[in-house]
Amino acid sequence: MKKFSLVLVAALLAGTALATTARAADELTVTSWGGAYQESQRKAFFEPFIAAGNKITEAEYSGEIAKVRAMVEAKAVTWDVVDVDTQTALAGCAEGSFEVIDWGKLGLDKAKFIGGDVSECAVPNILYSTVAAYDTSKTADPASLFEALFDQAKYPGKRALQKSPFVNLEWALMADGVAPEEVYKVLGTDEGVERALKKLDTIKKDVVWWTAGAEGPQLLADGQVVFATSWNGRFYNAIKNDKKPFKIIWDRQAPDWDFWAIPKGTPKIEEAYRFISYASDAQRMADQTKYISYGPANMDSAPMIDAAILPDLPSAPDNLKTVFYPDPQFWGDKGDELRERFNAWLAQ
Amino acid sequence: MAMAQALPDDGIMRAADGTPLKVALARAQRREKLRAMGLILPLFLFIVLSFVTPILVMLYNAVYDPDVADNLPQTISALKAWDGTDLPPEEVFAAFVVDMKAAQQNRQVALVGKRLNYEISGIRSKVIATGRKVGAIEAPPYKDAVIAIDKVWGENETWATIKRSSSEYTPFYLLAMLDMRQSVDGAVERQPAERRIYWDVLKRTLGISFLVTAMTLIFGYPVAYLLATSPQKTASILMIFVLLPFWTSLLVRTTAWMILMQDNGVFSQFLSITGITWLLNLFGYIDGTPRLFHTRFATVVAMMHIQLPFTLLPIYSVMKTISPNYMRAAKSLGGTPFYSFVRVYMPQTLPGVAAGCLLTFIISLGYYITPALVGGPTDQMISGFIFSAINNENNWGKASALGVILLVATIILYYAYNKLVGIDRMKLG
Repeated sequence: MKKFSLVLVAALLAGTALATTARAADELTVTSWGGAYQESQRKAFFEPFIAAGNKITEAEYSGEIAKVRAMVEAKAVTWDVVDVDTQTALAGCAEGSFEVIDWGKLGLDKAKFIGGDVSECAVPNILYSTVAAYDTSKTADPASLFEALFDQAKYPGKRALQKSPFVNLEWALMADGVAPEEVYKVLGTDEGVERALKKLDTIKKDVVWWTAGAEGPQLLADGQVVFATSWNGRFYNAIKNDKKPFKIIWDRQAPDWDFWAIPKGTPKIEEAYRFISYASDAQRMADQTKYISYGPANMDSAPMIDAAILPDLPSAPDNLKTVFYPDPQFWGDKGDELRERFNAWLAQ
Repeated sequence: MAMAQALPDDGIMRAADGTPLKVALARAQRREKLRAMGLILPLFLFIVLSFVTPILVMLYNAVYDPDVADNLPQTISALKAWDGTDLPPEEVFAAFVVDMKAAQQNRQVALVGKRLNYEISGIRSKVIATGRKVGAIEAPPYKDAVIAIDKVWGENETWATIKRSSSEYTPFYLLAMLDMRQSVDGAVERQPAERRIYWDVLKRTLGISFLVTAMTLIFGYPVAYLLATSPQKTASILMIFVLLPFWTSLLVRTTAWMILMQDNGVFSQFLSITGITWLLNLFGYIDGTPRLFHTRFATVVAMMHIQLPFTLLPIYSVMKTISPNYMRAAKSLGGTPFYSFVRVYMPQTLPGVAAGCLLTFIISLGYYITPALVGGPTDQMISGFIFSAINNENNWGKASALGVILLVATIILYYAYNKLVGIDRMKLG
């Protein structure tokens, strides 16, 4: 796409880049999701990588693939490595926003990575899960996730949900009585989407919508909401490091992968490969679990993980009892459409 | 006399060096003009670069959309002869297979799908799936093979949409932002009900701006009068109370409102301690604690607070120039204080009122941060949707079209204002 505007954006981006910091030639820009998650990556990967004589500039985003697309289309790629979730990896790969990964160049064995074949443009790094949580000092234990999110008679007050259709639509359908294995069949139809939105309509006026992962725990800590959703590691961080009396509802947890991806056309592709290879090392991935409760994608990391954190990982047997696995392919294909519909619904 | 004799006596007035006065004058004036232009040149270039060019680019992007035309060139040329009554002929499908194979190779299929999805909801995933499977089609009949992949290719609407996208220029975005669309036969019709949002957003943007303007006028006018009529010493102290918030960053003030208005925040605790919450519950106005945060009320209050000085200051500066003698004269002629104020004083403040209100109204139209932080999803104004079109959807056509609509709305308002009040009567200070 050769859009006039993008040339302008390229000029502006180039201008800003020149004006703010002249990026050193060997400086790698790694973009991730901020907050406790990026902090864990900083300690486990960035700092040792820098100590080994490399340079890293960090950036943050909230998963807006549009930013990557705009850079790639404008041929002004300033992010060299991006941490993406599954649907972003798939959608970005289909649109040519990410480089196809050469595993040989990485020096890694794809078969050793859980989810290594999910996308040809991405290297899995962690398994996270979207969950809800509550403050045990203020709220009584709910019997199920759906009671927590949708039963306003029992739990009056606001709920914090991610400003995205992802997982919210699935939860709404299941709460409306759709069997978990039928969810994507129903959601694949217009009627199914309307049914999910109709269920969300019942709590719409009580929902505070968040975009950054740190907002969920924050809203819960401030007493703004009775239940908040976020990624399990964010709640883990609030419980372990900030000593909040939060409890995670593992019922219908929705696990997903995060990946490293390389925006197409970055001038630092060699460094990007070197960084991903470095950060995918089994021991370093196991080290990351010291800081956040996400499961490493490298199978070789499993024996190196500290046993203390195992019960907090999404993959702990106790947490998997009523797990719901989102379908990444469904979201990679239909994500854009559903986001558009969801945003229209939000604005109405 | 000696001078006059040295020059030809042809009746033309001449300068000292003998050039005709007219020429000399013109030369001098041209020099002056160039110097003056040189002085304004930096600002002129700045305005062209930072204001005129982006607006032109925006206008262009609102109608420019080459994604389908670039990626399905053969299909589009094959579709030219198609009249839209039956399914397109075999050649179109053959061309489509060739185009899709190329697009799949270049990873452009998703872009085609994304673009078509703006018009046919749910087609993006089908286009992507087709791109994946189209490689397997080697020989005719292409028509049956393509329809076998997905029956969406067996519908006239799909092909009509592709045919409509054949030009690089499209009214699609502008129509969509007015909740309209082109039907299969090209006629303009309204969007289906669940996709109609932008007309509401436009009305909401105008409504909130109007409300904010009216509220700032109601609150600002008496304060301006007090400032203009108080003794100098009192007035300067009062002025500080107006200017101090004016000099504080918009973001800081919005964040302050967030803290005041949030649930269990200062306001809600105040209402609860003073028993107002209890009273409101008693009379059934609310159930539980009052909700302020993420409401229209919070949005309007926070915007009003930020905009108040913009309305107040022009009114104040006009009031300062009104001589107290007029009011004295009115009273001496037997006018009651109220009558004199309404008939004599208020009309003289109109230029200030008009300037302040226009300023606040037009600034309010573009508000983005305050509604985003203290408002709920249904309080977002046009700028918020422009932000999300660029940042979350990478949809420059939509963002540009929304920008154009905001620009046109502003120009219409300005025109109406000029007709009603007259821009030459406006006084900013």
